[in-house]
Amino acid sequence: ASLDNARHLSSLLRAVHFQDHATCFATANGLRVTVEDAKCIQANAFIQAEIFQEFAVQEESVTFRINLSVLLDCLTIFGTGSLPGTTTALRMCYRGYGYPLMLFLEEGGVVTVCKINTQEPDELLDFDFCSTKVVNKIILQSEGLREAFAELDMTSEVLQITMSPDKPYFRLSTFGNAGSAHLDYPRDSDLMEAFHCNQTQTNRYKISLLKPSTKALALSCKVSIRTDAQGFLSLQYMIRNEDGQICFVEYYCCPDEDITEAEL
Amino acid sequence: MAAAGARPAAPLPLTGSRPPPLPPAGPAPPCDLGPRSWISPASTTSAGNFFDEFQMEGVAAEHNEIYLELVPENLSRALKTAQSAKAVKIKLTNKHCPCLRVAVELPSLSSSSRIVTHDIPVGVIPRRLWNDFREPRVPDFDVSIYLPALKTMKSVVERMKNLSNSIVIEANLSGEMNLKIETDLVSVTTHFKDLGNPPWASEDGYQSSVQDRDLESMAEARIDIKKLQQLLAGQQVNPTKALCNIVSKRIVHFILLHEDVSLQYFIPALA
Repeated sequence: ASLDNARHLSSLLRAVHFQDHATCFATANGLRVTVEDAKCIQANAFIQAEIFQEFAVQEESVTFRINLSVLLDCLTIFGTGSLPGTTTALRMCYRGYGYPLMLFLEEGGVVTVCKINTQEPDELLDFDFCSTKVVNKIILQSEGLREAFAELDMTSEVLQITMSPDKPYFRLSTFGNAGSAHLDYPRDSDLMEAFHCNQTQTNRYKISLLKPSTKALALSCKVSIRTDAQGFLSLQYMIRNEDGQICFVEYYCCPDEDITEAEL
Repeated sequence: MAAAGARPAAPLPLTGSRPPPLPPAGPAPPCDLGPRSWISPASTTSAGNFFDEFQMEGVAAEHNEIYLELVPENLSRALKTAQSAKAVKIKLTNKHCPCLRVAVELPSLSSSSRIVTHDIPVGVIPRRLWNDFREPRVPDFDVSIYLPALKTMKSVVERMKNLSNSIVIEANLSGEMNLKIETDLVSVTTHFKDLGNPPWASEDGYQSSVQDRDLESMAEARIDIKKLQQLLAGQQVNPTKALCNIVSKRIVHFILLHEDVSLQYFIPALA
């Protein structure tokens, strides 16, 4: 695969970088990088083949596990500053099972070659989240949520999300040392692009697991928030890169308690 | 000046008050294995050009030098207040103990200017130990090469520092330099080309053997990556000339020339 601007890849990978290891899955459609934690949360970054200048996969699919911190250090070897006019060109090669991932990066005539060892891919969680099972769905403009997520009360163990066809429509709550905080978004707010809530649902999620999603939120222009009957949460972030191309990052999270409370 | 030779201990209070007494004297241990840096004026006659006023009297006529030892942070803190100063005067005094008195004249709104004085305790190094601190000669290097753009080198070394503790610098006489790291997880090599090799004036016929040497063969040394990163991080301004000399597997010698000042760093190779 080759990419004229390595930042198209590195910035997306940073949005899911909350663990050292990631599983890479490549097919003719593109690249998916998955990071998991505690068997409760999974983040996926999708970089479709069209983003790359060249993208070819020999077999049907290729999967390997790799150290994401190392990969990011290599992709950003010439620095992370996004100066206009200076881009790092990237070429990635993977021979197959057992072979290291080769990266060739070039900026201003200087070439860096990286060889990163790969490992056996782990079993990945399957949240089995499909659109037919979605109970509640909201699409918001990211700028509305950014400040809220950046200022989440981290002394609270959970983030509680309430979605309802009635008031308060969409509420984020924390219960920290200083007290509880509630942030409500009315359904007719300008930031609300779509509002499809059928049932009142209140679910709690471990805040430490969701906090890394702030990185994806910071890069995105829109976010879709969906829950299913079991309270599983899907956050999908639409990210526009420097060239205006669209990529997606999604986070799936299990609810902290199995009970979905119906709130009156 | 009484020879004390001791290392000043505590950082200093700012003005006026008496500096803390120096700890009991002990010989300054010569350290010959660690990295060393030298800052010297670009030429010996330029002291007059660099300073507006320069007066000193050494130990004796034939040894017209004074060697002082101090804690760098004290001096850097004192000089920080001098960033927007009208004038700075540095004096070596010996009121209760040897001190470098840095008097900074600062602009002020009233007609009389403010003067902030810092007294930095220093240790005077006895003449018998002077040899330990002599500026080392330029080593008999295998390769001498101009450094690439410091900004690029800085970024690359910073990232490599996250991945490995040691880095290999290799270069040849065809203007090529590689920075390499290798660990169990990853190996990364950055290739710089067309850097140019500085011409060194041949003094003792040494140069001819260098010319005979194969232009493509690389001289390399493995050094502590943190030391290299610190050296690069310390460069705030782009030097007029920056080059390094490599003695294969022994030492890397960096020379950075600015208009008035030259900085030299010696980083020994790791075992």
